Amino acid sequence: MALLDLDPKVVATARKLAARAAEPVVSIAKAHTTVAVERATLRLAGITGADSTHRAGDVPWVNRVIDTVREQCGLEHGVVLPAFHALKEHNLATLTELAEATAAGQIQFKIPAGKDLTAAKKAATSAVAKGLKTVDRNRAQRDKLIHKLGDPAQRPWIYLIVATGDIDEDVVQAQNAARAGADIIAVIRSTGQSLLDYVPEGATHHGFAGTYATQENFRIMRAALDDVSKEVGRYVRLTNYASGLCMPEIAVLAGLQRLDMMLNDSMYGILFRDINPIRTFVDQRFSRQVHARAGIIINTGEDNYLTTADAVDAAHTVTVSQLLNEHFAHEAGLPDHLLGLGHAFEINPKVPDSFRLELAHALLARELFPDAPLKWMPPTKHMTGDVFNGYLLDGFFNLAGVLTGQSILLVGMMTEAVVTPFLSDRDLALQNVRYVLNAAGSLAEDFRPAPDGLIVKRAHQVLGEAVDLLDRIVDDGLLNAIADGTFGLMKRPAHLGKGADGVVEKAEAYFNPASEMLEAAQ
Amino acid sequence: MTDKRYVRPYGDTTGDGMIQTSFTLPIPFGPKADGAAQQLANKMGMDPAMVVHSNPIGDDFTFFVVYGSVKHIVDMDDVKVVEREYPLLSPSEVNTTLKKVLRRKLVVVGGCIGTDAHTVGIDAILNIKGFAGEKGLEYYRELKVVNLGAQVSVPELVRRARSEKADAVLISQVVTQRDAHILNTQEMSAAFREAMGDRRPLLVAGGPRFDPLMAGELGVDRVFSRGTTPGEVASYLVHAMQEKKGVAA
Repeated sequence: MALLDLDPKVVATARKLAARAAEPVVSIAKAHTTVAVERATLRLAGITGADSTHRAGDVPWVNRVIDTVREQCGLEHGVVLPAFHALKEHNLATLTELAEATAAGQIQFKIPAGKDLTAAKKAATSAVAKGLKTVDRNRAQRDKLIHKLGDPAQRPWIYLIVATGDIDEDVVQAQNAARAGADIIAVIRSTGQSLLDYVPEGATHHGFAGTYATQENFRIMRAALDDVSKEVGRYVRLTNYASGLCMPEIAVLAGLQRLDMMLNDSMYGILFRDINPIRTFVDQRFSRQVHARAGIIINTGEDNYLTTADAVDAAHTVTVSQLLNEHFAHEAGLPDHLLGLGHAFEINPKVPDSFRLELAHALLARELFPDAPLKWMPPTKHMTGDVFNGYLLDGFFNLAGVLTGQSILLVGMMTEAVVTPFLSDRDLALQNVRYVLNAAGSLAEDFRPAPDGLIVKRAHQVLGEAVDLLDRIVDDGLLNAIADGTFGLMKRPAHLGKGADGVVEKAEAYFNPASEMLEAAQ
Repeated sequence: MTDKRYVRPYGDTTGDGMIQTSFTLPIPFGPKADGAAQQLANKMGMDPAMVVHSNPIGDDFTFFVVYGSVKHIVDMDDVKVVEREYPLLSPSEVNTTLKKVLRRKLVVVGGCIGTDAHTVGIDAILNIKGFAGEKGLEYYRELKVVNLGAQVSVPELVRRARSEKADAVLISQVVTQRDAHILNTQEMSAAFREAMGDRRPLLVAGGPRFDPLMAGELGVDRVFSRGTTPGEVASYLVHAMQEKKGVAA
């Protein structure tokens, strides 16, 4: 039931403005490809493995092929035409063999023409279709398991993070967390993986403050959670990160290994990782198309804005970002039920009425996006190391979550900003959640903010400010707004940032069967 | 307040030595686990120790909360910390002094180096928004602030410090796993020494897990820890500039 009495006209204006702000960026995204999109395409077409003899360490075969193709004939036609032409020309059976031959310097890539072009297109299309079939099968398998084992009994779903750096330890922690009540396990990536321009290979045991996202680690963790799902009698979901320079590839690997949710924000990489804006928007569009196909719920990262900007002053930037994320997601084919739009409990607890303001912001998100599985994220900025106060703050965060009908609750740790959580910290955090769910899980039933009270007024004010800002963004252009530091106070010009050299303008004859099939499915 | 030389923790009575602590042992819940917690507390110097709470975490672990009196005594004469070696100035005092000493704006380049994306610390010091009711360094008229933001590489930091003719470089490190904050900072100071020698800017490191006594080990001029305010940093920069000028003159 709507409690805020938002004016449908204002809401419609906000969406219209978000669409207009996004439009030029979508055109740019459609007109370009990136090294990461091309690598993702080849991964769908079946390439695996890494060159372990390279002096730089394990370089994925897909990187070797893309880099060589780019050197020899450019990527503006897409990688599949030269790659599949070379496959046939050299009579090689697999893309991995092609990669080995490429590394040995035996392949001269070129753009095929005439009959060769038709043949390369056909071969590439059938290889990529096979990859997409695996993604489809995984989606069906997930549906089957959910049907058999069931979803969590309660909303919000309880989302817990593990981050040991060693996939084997992660498995132990994740299974224990599921037994203790977690519905979703997120494996945090090693710090800085987002800035690697390749996806590491194999099972890994030495991450920094997290575990590398690799296809093998995905497989290991999904299998472990399938085991524990049977034990606890509900389908435990697995989350990872499709962000950073390898966003599209990680999205493909997630689809191939049946991950269930992926962090995937339209602007996070630009603002917080200083990744080139164009690169991000191109990669983001492709990765979202893959997520749509795979039935993966994306999680957006609006919480981050509030860790750098003030949570009251910048509340409307969260709304603006949610609206943009929603538009970009819809444009890429993601339906509402796969949109885990993010927001967070980050208002300074010393601000008078801070809890009422939090409720206003949380309700605004809930009512603006009634069908989206909203992700509610705990305090981090004002967790000071005083773990006792932190525990209280997390309790209020949990209460705000149930009171405003949030869908996914990221469990807050009182040791946030102190140490990686102890076993006991996680246990205490879950006790906190369980207490609040048990004591007040249905309180939303009785919760009716006064029509002219602070909560309702504040929500209207934030929505109004969001519309004003969207208006300005439409006038300035989204890329300029990002360059000016509109979001999270970070200034990121469109031509700067990491990974800019991996952006390629598509030629007229650009061909990518993955994009074509994903677009057609929409 | 009187200067006490010998101190013990204070629960509710002077000299009672009372503390509380909590921990987990990898043993199943039960009377024997409580006994084990009691023994550990005794060995930690808590005597008497009271295990006031225990609960199982899964089948193999037990969590404890323990209260008790510690026998240890702190000798304040043996406590060594870095005392603030400079006077705390107001923003206008900072501006006037800098104007007099430098006759130009003091250039500060700051950022989070390495893979650290937590800009909370550097932003609290640099952004005009500030921290703890104090405005950040951007607010000071006589300071030119270049905030490079998150995940700045060391070569990029050196390059920008050079091109901006930085007087001071501020780096912030929040992520501490595997001593990343220490290694990153050492890499940074080594790079400045190598690239610029004695002409390097003033190097200042900050972060919640730094110990101000570590400046030498880190190769920087000053380390700021948890709770540092922009005013303290600005005052330090003035002090350091005066020292530098004094030496040069």
